[in-house]
Amino acid sequence: MSPLLTVENLRIELTTRDGVAPVIDDLSLSLNAGETLSFVGESGCGKSMTALALMGLLPEKIGRVAAGKIIFDGEDITHASPARLREIRGNDISMIFQEPMTSLNPVFSVGEQIAEAIRAHQNLPRKAAWNKAVELLDAVRIPNPKGRAGDYPFQMSGGQRQRAMIAMALACEPKLLIADEPTTALDVTVQAQIFDLLTDLQKQSGAAIILITHDMGAVAEMARDVIVMYAGRKAEYGPVDAIIEHPRHPYTQGLISCVPHIVSDMTEERHDLVEVPGIVPSLKDFGRDECLFASRCQHRTEECMSKRPVEKHFDNNQIADCWHAEEL
Amino acid sequence: MSDMIDEPVVQAQSPFSEAWGMFKRNHAAVVALVFLGLVVLGAIFGPWLYPTDPFDMVWAPFSPPGQEGFLLGTDYLGRDLLAMVINGARVSLLIGLSAAVVSIFIGVTVGALAGFYRGWVEEVLMRVTEFFQVLPTLLFSMVLVALFGASLPMITFAIGIVSWTAVARITRSEFLRIRELEYVKASRASGASSRKLMFGVILPNALPPIIVQSALMVGSAILFEAGLSFLGLTDPNVVSWGQIIGSNRQYILDASFTVTIPGIAIFVTVLAISLVGDGLNDALNPKLRQR
Repeated sequence: MSPLLTVENLRIELTTRDGVAPVIDDLSLSLNAGETLSFVGESGCGKSMTALALMGLLPEKIGRVAAGKIIFDGEDITHASPARLREIRGNDISMIFQEPMTSLNPVFSVGEQIAEAIRAHQNLPRKAAWNKAVELLDAVRIPNPKGRAGDYPFQMSGGQRQRAMIAMALACEPKLLIADEPTTALDVTVQAQIFDLLTDLQKQSGAAIILITHDMGAVAEMARDVIVMYAGRKAEYGPVDAIIEHPRHPYTQGLISCVPHIVSDMTEERHDLVEVPGIVPSLKDFGRDECLFASRCQHRTEECMSKRPVEKHFDNNQIADCWHAEEL
Repeated sequence: MSDMIDEPVVQAQSPFSEAWGMFKRNHAAVVALVFLGLVVLGAIFGPWLYPTDPFDMVWAPFSPPGQEGFLLGTDYLGRDLLAMVINGARVSLLIGLSAAVVSIFIGVTVGALAGFYRGWVEEVLMRVTEFFQVLPTLLFSMVLVALFGASLPMITFAIGIVSWTAVARITRSEFLRIRELEYVKASRASGASSRKLMFGVILPNALPPIIVQSALMVGSAILFEAGLSFLGLTDPNVVSWGQIIGSNRQYILDASFTVTIPGIAIFVTVLAISLVGDGLNDALNPKLRQR
């Protein structure tokens, strides 16, 4: 079976005041139907930009796909026409945004908005679309869906709005669902519910999910594969278990050690939380031929400063872009 | 689970009923709205209830109000002023409303296209808007009416064409703000077309200031029409408030009521429209709204 989504050597350039910067540089991945892939990394690493590129929604006139292919369901969507992209968006690929508070239109009821999303792609009468919207609200476990469908977004809590967003994203049974930090703005208890919901819905519908997050805990729970992004480049790519077990890129190690471990902290030996010193380099430095993480890395050598690291493949399908991957 | 926390406080309240709740708090606006309702009813049904022809000479000229059975007296040709004010209300309100509709239509279209597409579309449209802004409005509409004839549609168009710029600028600024919001991105991501985004997603959210501006524009269009007809640029076959003032202006010292009465009609009506506009601003402006 060929994968649902293949990205080959994708390079996305943003035109900034300082010139052209590659916000995504040489990214390759593949994702099968029904699987979950996760992107992790700090803010400004190009996670969201990847999602926008997959939707064909790069910022107009500023961002463009400079090289590479995005093959979705056998079709290279980097060359698709705007009309074709509109067909795909919402229908085959849909997206959940980070801020449930602001991603629903305040002047329409939630039911109307979901019905509208259905009618954008399916030729359904108004009434039928409304009924389907109610069903979807039920599927995302909003209590009393019939009554709540007429509610306006401000009458719902953050978790309910995010559920409504998920309902809207699932309205046309997409093959690929992109969740851009779906729980960042929510309470921890609600986060777990949303992840459960996504997992269940994925089992029922067989959709592939791309989960964008900076929460390693969420990755461990949800995803099968993970891509760790740093400054627009892939740092490490592979199965979640293998990478959490033995990260081979110092940035991944840093990310993992940043997660507080409640249980182990209860015991007498309490590790200090480790921070990754420094910040992500600025956009204008993204294209340089060196390891962009080098300035923050304790394992840095001459090699890191003079040449961009090459991919190192390991037996367990783990790929790390680090000169010292074997030693780590 | 959430059956228990089914808060009765947040009863489903549509934006409409919420806005009405805010509107009701502005007492002056409510009074003005009732008054406006009466004016509109009077304009619609008045000519049936008081069927005197406003062009008929019914009595001697300059008969003061209240005498000889004429509530508002007669004008310089001996015509019944009450009949003229009632029939004039029709024309004044009609021109006020339809000129406002014309300018809202042009203004919203221009502003929406400029604010949504940005780039060269915005440049061109905003330069055109500025061109219309710097034209002397009264002079330009006088030229239009003088050139193409003083028919009601022409007067309406002349008023509309000089007053759409404010609406265009407001619409554009709202579009610029709203197009960057998350829910617009979200609808774009669910496959909405540009037309749908413009008129189905952004415009409904941009409406409040546009509605307020439109209400005020009805008032200024009535004033504008009065100004034009005062100058004689009006359809001679219909009566309007401004025209009554214009035709009686030579006799302002001898029979001031012939000018004062239609003047009061214009003043009170435009004031009522402004007050209603103010009330709409209270009701629709999110900054004044308490939630």
